[in-house]
Amino acid sequence: MGDQNISNFEVDLGNLMAFDPHFQFSSPPSREELVRESIQQGTKLVQAIADSLFSLTSTEDRDGPIVKLPPPTTRLPREKPLPKPRPPTKWEEFAKKKGIKNFKKDKQVFDEQTGTWKRRYGYDRVNDDNDVPIIEAKMTDEPGQDPFAKRRADKKQRVEKQEKNRLHNLKDAAKVGALPSHVQLAATSLPITGTQAAPKKISKDELGNVAGMAATATASGGKFDKKLAGEKPLKHDKKYRKFLPVVEGSGMGSLERQQTDKILNKLLSANSHNILDVGKAVNFYNVKKDKKRKSQGKDQGKTSSTSSKLNTKKSPYKKMSKKGGSSFKKSK
Amino acid sequence: MLHIKTPKTGRARRELKKIAPKLVETGKKTLILHGTKTSNVINNVLTEIYHLKKDNAVKYTKRNDNIRPFESGGETSLEFYSLKTDCSLFVFGSHSKKRPDNLVIGRTYDHHIYDLVEVGVENFKSMLSFSYDKKFAPLIGSKPFFAFIGEGFENVEELKHIKEVLLDLFNGQVVTNLNLAGLDRVFVCTAVSSNKVFFTHCALRMKKSGTIVPRMELVEVGPSMDLVIRRHRLADESLRKQSLKTAPELKMRKEKNVSRDIIEGKIGKVYIPDQQVGSVPLPNKSKGLKRERREAKTKGVGKTHVDKKPKQQDS
Repeated sequence: MGDQNISNFEVDLGNLMAFDPHFQFSSPPSREELVRESIQQGTKLVQAIADSLFSLTSTEDRDGPIVKLPPPTTRLPREKPLPKPRPPTKWEEFAKKKGIKNFKKDKQVFDEQTGTWKRRYGYDRVNDDNDVPIIEAKMTDEPGQDPFAKRRADKKQRVEKQEKNRLHNLKDAAKVGALPSHVQLAATSLPITGTQAAPKKISKDELGNVAGMAATATASGGKFDKKLAGEKPLKHDKKYRKFLPVVEGSGMGSLERQQTDKILNKLLSANSHNILDVGKAVNFYNVKKDKKRKSQGKDQGKTSSTSSKLNTKKSPYKKMSKKGGSSFKKSK
Repeated sequence: MLHIKTPKTGRARRELKKIAPKLVETGKKTLILHGTKTSNVINNVLTEIYHLKKDNAVKYTKRNDNIRPFESGGETSLEFYSLKTDCSLFVFGSHSKKRPDNLVIGRTYDHHIYDLVEVGVENFKSMLSFSYDKKFAPLIGSKPFFAFIGEGFENVEELKHIKEVLLDLFNGQVVTNLNLAGLDRVFVCTAVSSNKVFFTHCALRMKKSGTIVPRMELVEVGPSMDLVIRRHRLADESLRKQSLKTAPELKMRKEKNVSRDIIEGKIGKVYIPDQQVGSVPLPNKSKGLKRERREAKTKGVGKTHVDKKPKQQDS
C-alpha cells in the first residue's frame, strides 16, 4: 500500500517536501474532520518522504546519522543577483600573457646578515632598506645627493604608484559592478561612470558665507535686520569700499600716496635681485651696435651717393611732381 | 581623485561580507511588520510566525502608515526596510473593514518587490491553545518537512503561488547534509477550496517500526489557521528568469569518458596520444633533469628537507 502511495505523491527530497495532487475530501468536511484528515494525509506524505530519506546512505555522526540530500527540484528564486566575477587586474592580464604562475613563498625567510628568521614583508623584514647603515659610494653617484633620502623617496614613489594601480583596478571592477563587498566608493567622490554629478556637500563655512551674503543684501547692509536666536554678528557689517580723502595731507591724507608708492616699489623691486638683467643687457648691446653701424653709414654716405639717393629720392620727387603739376597747370 | 571607503574594523568587514551577494545563498531572512491598525488575531499571527522563524527573522513593532505593498509608491519604505535589515521575505499584517485580518506575504529580489500574496486569516488557533507533551516541541531552526495536500496546488494559479511562497517562507536554508535525528517539525497545508488553504504546524515523532524507516507520527502544536487568498501578484517573467539563474560554476558538468556498469562498476575510457616510436627523445629535454637543476639553484632549504625525511623513516 505504501509503495502505491509513493507513486502518487510528488516528493522533493531536497526541500523535504511532498505533494499529493490527488487527494479530495469525500464531502464538504466539518472543521474537526478537516484537521483530522489533513494530519492523517500529512502523516502519509511525511512517511513517503522518510521512506526515501532513510534509504539514502548515511554517515554516522556523534549527533546522529547524517545523509547527503540531493539538490531540490522545486526551484526557488534567489534573494540577490549572482555575484559578478571580478575582471582581471592589469597584472593578472600580463601574467597570463607571459605565462607567469604564482607559487607560494614562505612567510619567514632566513636573514643571513643577522642570522635569524625574519618576515619576508612588513615590519622587521629581511633586506630592509632602512636597516642598512652604510651605502657604498658608486661612480655613478651624483655629488650632494643623500642616498638614504633617495631610497626613501623611491620607496614612497613605488608605494604611490601601486596605490594608483590598485585604484585603477578597482575602477575597472566597479564598472562591471564587481567591487569586493568591503569596498565602497565614497559618496563625495565622482561616480566612476561619469554619468551623474556627485552631490557636493556644503561645508559649514560656505553656508555661513551664503547666509552672511543674504543678510547684507538689503539697502542698509543688514544693519536693521532682526537677528535670529543664536545668529552670530556679521563678519563684514560695514561696506567694503573705502574712499580716500580727496585732499592730500598728513595721516589719512597721505594714504593715497603711500598706496601708489607701494605698487611702484613692488614693480621696481621685482627684478632688483638680479645683478645682471640679460634682456636689458642684450637690448643695450643691440642699440649700441646699431648706433655704431649708423655712424659708419653716415661716413660712407658722403663718398657713395647711391644709398643716399635711393633714400631721399621719394620725397623730393613727390614734392617735385606736385609742384611740377601745379606749375604745369599754371603754365597752361 | 577617486576616493574609496573600506571598513576600519574586521567586524565591519565581516558584516559587509555577510550581506554581499553570494554564489550559494545562506537562507533568507524574514521581516515581520504591521500597518497602522491591527487586530488581535493579526498581532498573534505575526508573533507566532516570528517564533517559528526566530533564528532568521526581524520583527518591527512600530506602526507603519505608508506601507501598501500592492499600490504603486506604497512599497518604497518596505523596500528600504528590506535593504536595511537585509531581509528578502516579508510578512505584513494589517486590519481594515474591507480586508479584516489581512496578511501580505511577499518576497524581494535585490531588495525590490518580487511577488506578493495577500491572505485573510480565519479560524486562527494559537500555539498556546494546543496541549501536548512539551518534549516533542520542535527546536528553533530545525529543518521542516512540508506536506501539501489537494489538487488545487497544481491547478489553481493562486494556490500554486502560495505553495511556493509558503515553502520559501518556512523552508530556511537549502542544506546538503542533514541530520536525521534532528527532524522534528512538519508544515501541513491543505487546499480546502480554490481560494482557501488550511495551514498547520505539527511536531514530528519518530517511532520504531522494526525497519530502518521509523514510523512517523504528527502531533499538532500550532499555530493553525485558514488562509483565504485575496489578491496576489506574480513576479515579472524576465525578473523570474533572472532570479532562478544558477551560477555556471555550480552546474553539474557532464562527466566525459566515464560510464557505469552493473557488473563492472565504474568504467573509464583513457585516450593515449600516438606513441612516436620513430623519433628519439632528446635526453636534456626530460622534466626530471629540469627539476633537479632548479633545486640545485635554490640551494639550502629545499635540499635539507629532502635529506631529513629519509633519515626519520630509517629511525
